Amino acid sequence: MMEALQYEFMRNALLAGFLVSIACGVIGALVVVNRIVFISGGIAHAAYGGIGLGYYFGFNPVWGAVAFSIASALGMGAVQRRTRQRADTLIGVMWAVGMALGIVLLDLTPGYKADLMSYLFGSILTVPREELLLMLGLDLAIVAVVALFYKEFLAISFDEAFAEVENVPVEALWMALLCLIALTVVVMMRVVGLILVIALLTIPAAIAGQFARDLKRMMALGSGLGVLFTTLGLWASYAFNLTSGATIILVAAAGFAVATALRRVLSR
Amino acid sequence: MMQEGRATGPREVISVRGLWAGYDGEIVLQDVNLLVQEGDFVGLIGPNGGGKTTFLKVLLGLHPPLRGEVRILGMGVKEGRRYVGYVPQVAEFDREFPIQVWDVVRMGRLGHRRLLRRFTREDDEVVAELLREVGMWEHRDRPFGELSGGQRQRVYIARALAQEPKILFLDEPLASVDPEMRTNIYDLLQRLNERITILMVTHDLGAISSYVKTVGCLNRRLIYHASKEITAEMLEEGYACPVDLIAHGLPHRVFAPHGEEGR
Repeated sequence: MMEALQYEFMRNALLAGFLVSIACGVIGALVVVNRIVFISGGIAHAAYGGIGLGYYFGFNPVWGAVAFSIASALGMGAVQRRTRQRADTLIGVMWAVGMALGIVLLDLTPGYKADLMSYLFGSILTVPREELLLMLGLDLAIVAVVALFYKEFLAISFDEAFAEVENVPVEALWMALLCLIALTVVVMMRVVGLILVIALLTIPAAIAGQFARDLKRMMALGSGLGVLFTTLGLWASYAFNLTSGATIILVAAAGFAVATALRRVLSR
Repeated sequence: MMQEGRATGPREVISVRGLWAGYDGEIVLQDVNLLVQEGDFVGLIGPNGGGKTTFLKVLLGLHPPLRGEVRILGMGVKEGRRYVGYVPQVAEFDREFPIQVWDVVRMGRLGHRRLLRRFTREDDEVVAELLREVGMWEHRDRPFGELSGGQRQRVYIARALAQEPKILFLDEPLASVDPEMRTNIYDLLQRLNERITILMVTHDLGAISSYVKTVGCLNRRLIYHASKEITAEMLEEGYACPVDLIAHGLPHRVFAPHGEEGR
């Protein structure tokens, strides 16, 4: 690993893993305690529609992903809040339509689409420098919004009805949270890929939730675990020549198994 | 309405007129009327599905009524609920949620600290004082999910009090509380009632007989006479009130004095 660090792409990859871990620790905690893993999966997959838009109209697909995932977050959020029945069905439909739209737009785009797979499965080793800056910017935005509205996010997550009675703007905050998830998806896309985003969003947070005493610590611990998993996964993928995103996820899953076992032993 | 109340002494803190509410076309509350005087301790009984929780939700502005008017301290619910402390059922809670007792109670200060404002030292003082008042100070750093039902209930009461309310709404406050803790909580409520009007929805008829000042029976319709007596009418509405009422023969007290010694 040490000799690998002399390569710029390896240093960038570690940095990317670090940036991703912050977003996934902070937002992952909110996703897990609010039990909105499904809708987060929907937002992640629908983002592929934005990649397709970017290719078709010839702009940076990352911006397409930002726009599309925010739009789908708002759409899915509205469905979840407003319809009483079968919200999950409708979210599932939007999830699939977003992906399908991306695939069709890519079909319609002539030419060779070199880094297409990297959006789906991630390629932490080829993250360019300017994209690191974008990830840093999104990270800062995510952390700033959560920090500014932390007491409200805690309240709507813990007891929404009570927050409403206190005249906290529950609806607006809820939509804001879904938009933050959308941004997190974009940050993570390059590292583990859209398909595996949901794993990195939930696994570190779920482990942290077993040990943390409050939401803040759950966020911090989740971020720390994210750094650990991405670094270990990166090393393993380098050492054994494996796909980085998938390796990171498997390392995280192994961590989850170990933590769950540890928790059982501790609580005995 | 408020004027009427003032003219005759104690003021009305809650006034509900001709209220209808329901879900998806199904009527749950039908023409409900209720006037609650300041300082009262109202117990609402009624069967499951009789609309007790829906009624509280409408009073709190969490569920829109189909028809009718609700005023709290003479204001609409969204304004008026700033003066209401709300104690939900403890059962509706995710035990895994990572939060400590202190932070749960401090949530009651949200109405005083708007967006982008931090909690202040004053908030911390209020929280500390209330944790002592409900006897949960030693547990302030414990995870909320580890507490017993009765302890959680007291934390919820402290949270509601942190709102510095004039009225307290409690939804089945003893649903998951062990018997010895019940007396404890009722004594607390009775103490609080010296300064706060209380509206409680409950199954616990023992409590109705010995703690509350006025009783109502809610089963789609509300029967309420601002008295402590469980009337023949309530019993005749029959299905309305649980059978143990008749079986145990509650000590029927005579009408509680209206408005409790005019405060």
